[in-house]
Amino acid sequence: MTENILEVRDLVKHYPVTQGVVFKKTVGQVKAVDGVSFDLRAGETLGVVGESGCGKSTLARVLMNLEKPTAGNVVYKGQDISKLSGGALRRLRRQIQLVMQDPYTSLNPRMTVGDLIGEPFEIHPEVAPKGSRRAKVRELLDLVGLNPEHINRYPHQFSGGQRQRIGIARALALRPEIIVCDEPVSALDVSIQAQVMNLLEQLQTEFGLSYVFIAHDLSVVRHLSDRVAVMYLGKIVEIGTEDEIYERPTHPYTQALLSAVPVPDPTQRHHKTIIRLTGDVPSPVSPPSGCRFRTRCWKAQDVCAEKVPLLEIRQGSDHPSACHFAEKREIVATHEV
Amino acid sequence: MSDILVSEQSAPGPGGSGRPAGRLLEVDDLRVEFRTRDGVAKVINGVTYHVDAGETLAVLGESGSGKSVTAQTIMGILDTPPGFVTGGQIRFHGKDMLRMSSEERRRIRGEGIAMIFQDALSALNPVFTVGFQIAEQFRVRRGLGRAEAKKRAIEMLDQVKIPNAKGRFNNYPHQFSGGMRQRAMIAMSLALDPEVLIADEPTTALDVTVQAQIMDLLAELQRERQMGMILITHDLGVVADVADRIAVMYAGRIVEEADVYDLYAKPAHPYTMGLIDSIPRLDEKGQQLRTIKGLPPNLMNIPPGCPFNPRCPMAQPVCREKVPPLLQVGTARASACHFAEELVNRD
Repeated sequence: MTENILEVRDLVKHYPVTQGVVFKKTVGQVKAVDGVSFDLRAGETLGVVGESGCGKSTLARVLMNLEKPTAGNVVYKGQDISKLSGGALRRLRRQIQLVMQDPYTSLNPRMTVGDLIGEPFEIHPEVAPKGSRRAKVRELLDLVGLNPEHINRYPHQFSGGQRQRIGIARALALRPEIIVCDEPVSALDVSIQAQVMNLLEQLQTEFGLSYVFIAHDLSVVRHLSDRVAVMYLGKIVEIGTEDEIYERPTHPYTQALLSAVPVPDPTQRHHKTIIRLTGDVPSPVSPPSGCRFRTRCWKAQDVCAEKVPLLEIRQGSDHPSACHFAEKREIVATHEV
Repeated sequence: MSDILVSEQSAPGPGGSGRPAGRLLEVDDLRVEFRTRDGVAKVINGVTYHVDAGETLAVLGESGSGKSVTAQTIMGILDTPPGFVTGGQIRFHGKDMLRMSSEERRRIRGEGIAMIFQDALSALNPVFTVGFQIAEQFRVRRGLGRAEAKKRAIEMLDQVKIPNAKGRFNNYPHQFSGGMRQRAMIAMSLALDPEVLIADEPTTALDVTVQAQIMDLLAELQRERQMGMILITHDLGVVADVADRIAVMYAGRIVEEADVYDLYAKPAHPYTMGLIDSIPRLDEKGQQLRTIKGLPPNLMNIPPGCPFNPRCPMAQPVCREKVPPLLQVGTARASACHFAEELVNRD
């Protein structure tokens, strides 16, 4: 087995909900991430899927230590990132980089592409001495499929897909080992999305990168991931290999989520059963007791309201699933291509 | 009404004359341009499509293909300036809406053709309650009294399956969740019982589980009311689930129009083919994503000949010279490619 490059244990991030202006008091906690544990292995892609508000973007921010976790650890090669600060944190950040969702707002409109991609070298001058920076940036532009001649252009002169490439080049600049991608393709059109996904795959093979790939699109995640974690209301409800999650899902939420994905094939129209979930995701300020999914679950029993189901391998499931009644169910009829 | 339902020939013609009369809504060779400081962007360059009662036409395209601008022109909510209609007709029950008085057009909006938008939060007025905004239509357009209008509005909220419709009547849009807001907007657009509903990316901002709920609701309401529906989307998955016919747009033109089954089984335009190949699929393993190379054209400077030719893997010299018209291929489908016949007849 390959070594773990990142170990996340019982990660918790709560945001206080305050009331009042002068005498602020905390009236509750938004439990954005509430006890998340997983391992990232060297060279693999771990997909994280979930609907809006499930905490996947907060997870990305805490992994990067852009936000201090309320509790828990993120351990990179034996070093706890969440405990680091100052120079030690800065040195470690070289190894973990982030690609953000929105290529329109994540690039400073007043900086040229050369400055944007070269900025990481200002912070980490040991990576590239001053004289060689321009050449490095040109190399990076070429690497992500942009014309190195465009080094002096501004972000608005590029299309959405090209901007996302700039974001990727910037993340690659310091030759990190881990890249956290937070919805990197969801703002792009399908034809452009495919180009960026192929680029990410190609870079991974070339540099042996590990990805944490966060997205809401289950098809995109399946395409890129080796292993997949499904999140619901701040917790991982099921985690396993891509095969285990997509072909043998055992958590009712995963099953419902998979069944709701429209398949681009009209002949499947009447051959698939969609599990209809009623209602909306409950508020993360006061999540339901016991299992958080129980309010929308068709299998819910009394025990679900009383006991929080642990994320573990149990009877009926060959991979960790946080359901008292985990049971295999075929949702997606996969055909090999 | 009967002559509308009879129109069986779903074969899209080359556009222009020779159309059977009595289509519900027809867009005919529509042309729209945006005149900006930087130049003239030709956003719609001869779009022709139609929708009949009870059928769903999906208009598929990527950003900038002109699918939403076409819808805005139909509704008469195109921002002028910068947008100007430079040619074509939009016929509703055979009457050209572009030559109607604004008073006549106003009467069609809501009762004849209604529209729902992608972003319900910005489409709803934040300072009025949801109930008030729905009831307003009954008071203004139907002349109902306050109490009666309220009753009808609650009925509408009930029809779109908003739980506790009576209690929700006095809520403001921000008190609704994303899916609820979309339901409220559907209630609002259907209040006056329109014959055609234009849904512009109705589920793009929603999560998959909620998306499934909303698409179900739309399909059910459409069946009940025998509405014609124009579904504007970029999502090939949603289209495969609900559409009867599909019109694929690229650079302000329809490049292919076909029955949903035909289109997915055998696309007759290289752009459609590229689109279908470039979506990652949930139900297929180990596929290599094929991509369409390059970028969509700048609408201020559309390449001569076929607008898709710089990105097309099949492009020949003729493609750089002649704009391929949307011509019928086989039965009941049309393609704007010089090599459409070859594409359809391949194995």
